[in-house]
Amino acid sequence: MEIASFLIVFFMVRYIRNSLQTAQQFPEWDRILVIVQYAASGLLAAEIFLDTDFTKWIWHLILLGMVGAAYLLKDFRPVRNLWLAVGPYILISLFSDIVALIDKETYKSIKDIIDIAQIFALVWLIATWVSSQKQQKALEKERLKRLQEEEQSRIIAGQNVMLEQLVAERTAELTRQKEELEQTLTELKTTQDQLIQREKMASLGELTAGIAHEIQNPLNFVNNFSEVSVELIEELKEERKREDRDLELEDEILGDIAQNLQKITHHGKRADSIVKGMLQHSRASTPQQEPTDLNNLADEYLRLAYHGLRANDKSFNATLVMDFDDKLGLVSVVPQDMGRVLLNLFTNAFYATEEKRKTGLEGYQPRVQVSTKRTEDHHIEIRVRDNGCGIPQSVLNKIYQPFFTTKPTGQGTGLGLSLSYDIVTKGHQGELTVDTEEGKFTEFIIRLPT
Amino acid sequence: MKVLVVDDETDVQVLFEQRFRREIRGGEINFAFAHSGEKALAYLNEHASECVLILSDINMPGMSGLELLRLIKTTYPVPPPVVMMITAYGDADSYDQAMQLGADAFLTKPLDFTNLKEKLKTVL
Repeated sequence: MEIASFLIVFFMVRYIRNSLQTAQQFPEWDRILVIVQYAASGLLAAEIFLDTDFTKWIWHLILLGMVGAAYLLKDFRPVRNLWLAVGPYILISLFSDIVALIDKETYKSIKDIIDIAQIFALVWLIATWVSSQKQQKALEKERLKRLQEEEQSRIIAGQNVMLEQLVAERTAELTRQKEELEQTLTELKTTQDQLIQREKMASLGELTAGIAHEIQNPLNFVNNFSEVSVELIEELKEERKREDRDLELEDEILGDIAQNLQKITHHGKRADSIVKGMLQHSRASTPQQEPTDLNNLADEYLRLAYHGLRANDKSFNATLVMDFDDKLGLVSVVPQDMGRVLLNLFTNAFYATEEKRKTGLEGYQPRVQVSTKRTEDHHIEIRVRDNGCGIPQSVLNKIYQPFFTTKPTGQGTGLGLSLSYDIVTKGHQGELTVDTEEGKFTEFIIRLPT
Repeated sequence: MKVLVVDDETDVQVLFEQRFRREIRGGEINFAFAHSGEKALAYLNEHASECVLILSDINMPGMSGLELLRLIKTTYPVPPPVVMMITAYGDADSYDQAMQLGADAFLTKPLDFTNLKEKLKTVL
């Protein structure tokens, strides 16, 4: 039976050393375990050579010591269940030895039972050992799996970090692009403002000659009426020196002087309003809507446009037709903006008649007409009609596009109609529509709500 | 003597009537006024050979002064009246064109009335 004890000790030591990795984890215990192994081998040898029975008690002690140590010591906790496997065998063999020592008779009577129990205990031990080995393997597998998982999650974490970095980079890139776009947008807005201002100045250039003419006329009247008034006063003085004063004539002269002074004021104001209009036209700020006499505005700008073109091209001429609705009343608009729209439409109208005239049409009389009307559905309509070259269908849907122009390079900014459209629709909640027939006429219709 | 003044500015009438008040009162000159080329032609048709002198602005909407001049010089019964052109633009083009069409004088605005009176007197 002692061979079995030896083998149990031998495998238990092996088992403990393997499963606890004592060589690395607990070198002290490892040394003790090695000593136990040598001691067991020595004991086995002594038993064989000395042929003694006493050694079985030492085996019991070693076995009990080992199981007890495994059960009690903290360091051996993972193998504390060793007693489950080895316990039955130790108890049975200890019980059998103690019985044999105390009462040989009883021992003999129960020896068969003890032997069978001992065999069962050994079978139990082996079975437990096998199952524990299996469990060990399963645990090992589990451990490897966990390690693999850990490795994987470590890789994933690494990838995450990389991804985070990528995302940060992309975000930075996008932010940079957004900032660039915002800056570009600001630049575009500035450029747009500049272009609008340039368009205003360009149309002011077109106006300058017309303005000069329109101011020259009232100034001539102012000069002439003051000069003639001086003459009249001289005449009045002479008359009063005479013996036979003609009082009727004196009254007439006085009446004339009064009338002349009114004329001077009238023409002075006329020049004044033209200069004011010119200043308003070139102003960059967005001014307020105010009640405006659109008939007056249309009249003023039609003349300005006409004289402006006349000044540049002496051969240019056109019949101006004004058909104003007396019942129009004051309409709330931004005068300089609406003036720009009208000026643009008039200039285009004159340009269209000029284009048609240049084709050398026999008996062609250029004609530009402006009419105003208060409609029954309470809208104000301003129609600008010319009998010029008309607009081809192919470009009709492009005329309000910024920078679209049919004029030769350098002659048109292509912003006139686009700005006019914005002023009428966005600035005044109105509509700007066009009716045209190529070679016959063009009519622009401004509809404003009242 | 009857003078027809053609100008789209209506105040020209008041101005002429006062500038020439002595002459008008003395019965030396009679003025008629038309505010466009078309009206001038209509007036001339109604008062045939009454006017001996026409003073016309060039720069008018509708029929221009030059067109009026051409029509008078080509269609009016012999002898055609004296036609003097007035313009705010004293440019060579207009001058050449006016002279070519048979204008008798070319005056620039602002009008020098002393000068104009002398011219009228020499015509008379």
